[in-house]
Amino acid sequence: MFFDYEPVTSARVRERVDRLEIPFGDHGIDPYGIGKAELGFGFSLIEILYKYYFWVESYGLEHIPPRGRVMLVGNHSGGVAVDGVMVMATCFFELEPPRLAQGMAEKFIVKVPGFGALTTRMGQFPGLPEHAKRLLEDERMLMVFPEGARGTAKLAKDADSLVRFGTGFMRLALETRTPIVPFGFVGAGEAMPTIANLYGLAKLLGVPYIPVTRYLLPVPKPTIFQLLFGAPLLFEGTGNESDEEIEEKVETVKQRIASLVRQGRALREKRMKPEELDLG
Amino acid sequence: MRVLVTGISGKLGRRVALRLVEGGHEVLGIDRRPWADAPPGVEVHQTDIRKRQAEDVFRIHEPEAVVHMATVTHITQQNADRYRINLQGTRAVVDHCHRYGVKRLVFVGRHTYYGAAPDSPLYHSEDEPPLGMHAFPELADLVAADLYAGSALWRHPEIATSVLRMVYTLGPSKHGTLAEYLRGPRVPVVLGFDPLFQFMHEFDAASAVAAALEAGVRGVFNVAGPAPMPLSAIIKEAGRTPMPVPEGMLAITLGRFGMPYLPKGAVEHLKYPIIVDATAFRKATGFQHAYDESETIRAFAEAD
Repeated sequence: MFFDYEPVTSARVRERVDRLEIPFGDHGIDPYGIGKAELGFGFSLIEILYKYYFWVESYGLEHIPPRGRVMLVGNHSGGVAVDGVMVMATCFFELEPPRLAQGMAEKFIVKVPGFGALTTRMGQFPGLPEHAKRLLEDERMLMVFPEGARGTAKLAKDADSLVRFGTGFMRLALETRTPIVPFGFVGAGEAMPTIANLYGLAKLLGVPYIPVTRYLLPVPKPTIFQLLFGAPLLFEGTGNESDEEIEEKVETVKQRIASLVRQGRALREKRMKPEELDLG
Repeated sequence: MRVLVTGISGKLGRRVALRLVEGGHEVLGIDRRPWADAPPGVEVHQTDIRKRQAEDVFRIHEPEAVVHMATVTHITQQNADRYRINLQGTRAVVDHCHRYGVKRLVFVGRHTYYGAAPDSPLYHSEDEPPLGMHAFPELADLVAADLYAGSALWRHPEIATSVLRMVYTLGPSKHGTLAEYLRGPRVPVVLGFDPLFQFMHEFDAASAVAAALEAGVRGVFNVAGPAPMPLSAIIKEAGRTPMPVPEGMLAITLGRFGMPYLPKGAVEHLKYPIIVDATAFRKATGFQHAYDESETIRAFAEAD
């Protein structure tokens, strides 16, 4: 609450924030500090990006359960996590009732004055296992990019490929018996034509990397994205399995996501019709 | 029960003593400071907890239970004396409890044990180590006292020891870390940061200490009241004005222009939250807070 967000909150956003199934207290704050005012302000900004700057063609929204714990797990690309913002926007503006996708953010974000405070008030917490576990046990919706910063750091030419997946999300999903909804996001490479990443300068600034685009600035271009949600996957286990067993399950998720990305690419290039989709 | 309260003349100590008297307990206390208007029946022995006279209180009165609150917590007071009181004092209390057959011991500590850091989780559980220490070495003695008190659990298993990690207290006494910070009309905050703060009414804090004592629980417990609130909202609700200061300028503004003095490490506490999960304590003792966050802030803001 740095200033009065009320005048810069759109009526449509305010109405949807009111319908979020989050236990806000008397001060419009939930037990994790997620604030109605900040959500209103943040989603009003995101609304402009989502509706006027970018465009998201989403498929398979029926696979996201309307309530209860769930993990959205997908591919990450595009330099500045524009995919995360668009998934948040899609869940907020398209689902009935709206849901808040809570990302597991890079730890440097909370250190950025202003931005860190706003993102945490919007439910985007540092990606700690403690946070993920607690939120899932509280029946929240988590948004996970198992590729992490390795994912967003992909160069534009590799945007549709998948790099190594972390395995922490799978152990958490098993431990908390959380269904995984895989998703594929296509177009972030076109939005952000990264040709190189600066690692030396980034280290000085305390960020993982700084993307350099064909036009130098790390700013995404207006783009149409394809976002495909697959059928939920529920794995059996305790979370204490050996790495081999876990990696096998992670591989299943990775293959589903790879298939969704392939289909999204085919849709984008008009090689496939929406009715031909196989979302599992 | 016959209960000995060390640090009884402090604001929270008095409140705990009154609460215990109300609960039908026989209360006696030890403090270096006097308590002039102590209620009848409450015997205050004016001595240092590390002195022989303090041990005599244990020997002569044979308390069944001890509430140890004789710790110096002012972050402004930073000297060897404070270290000795907090550590040797805690050691003396634990030793006396063992020697004179005390059955229950409650150590009242702080939730700042966990420290504030960008990578520390919301809702700390009791098994976590004190990870924030490097940023706030001024709290080292309090953290050590907390861990030392906890060691009584295995060193003297016959004593039911509970170590309480309490959130900030706020209330009509206008006393305590958070109250000191909110004292002036303008309250410094770090520009671009607005952490959640967790606090409880000082009456609730006293009830929680009594609840731990009466239940005779054993272990380390986080103690909290209402849901946490953003710092900016607390400041505004207390009728103060938040003064955002860029982090780099804080060092030269603190202690000047009517703003409170804060040690360097405290800046982390103004940037990142320290929030504890107190469900274990609620479950073990049945404790419920009586004052919500707004009532607590009002009790503080409207006092004299």
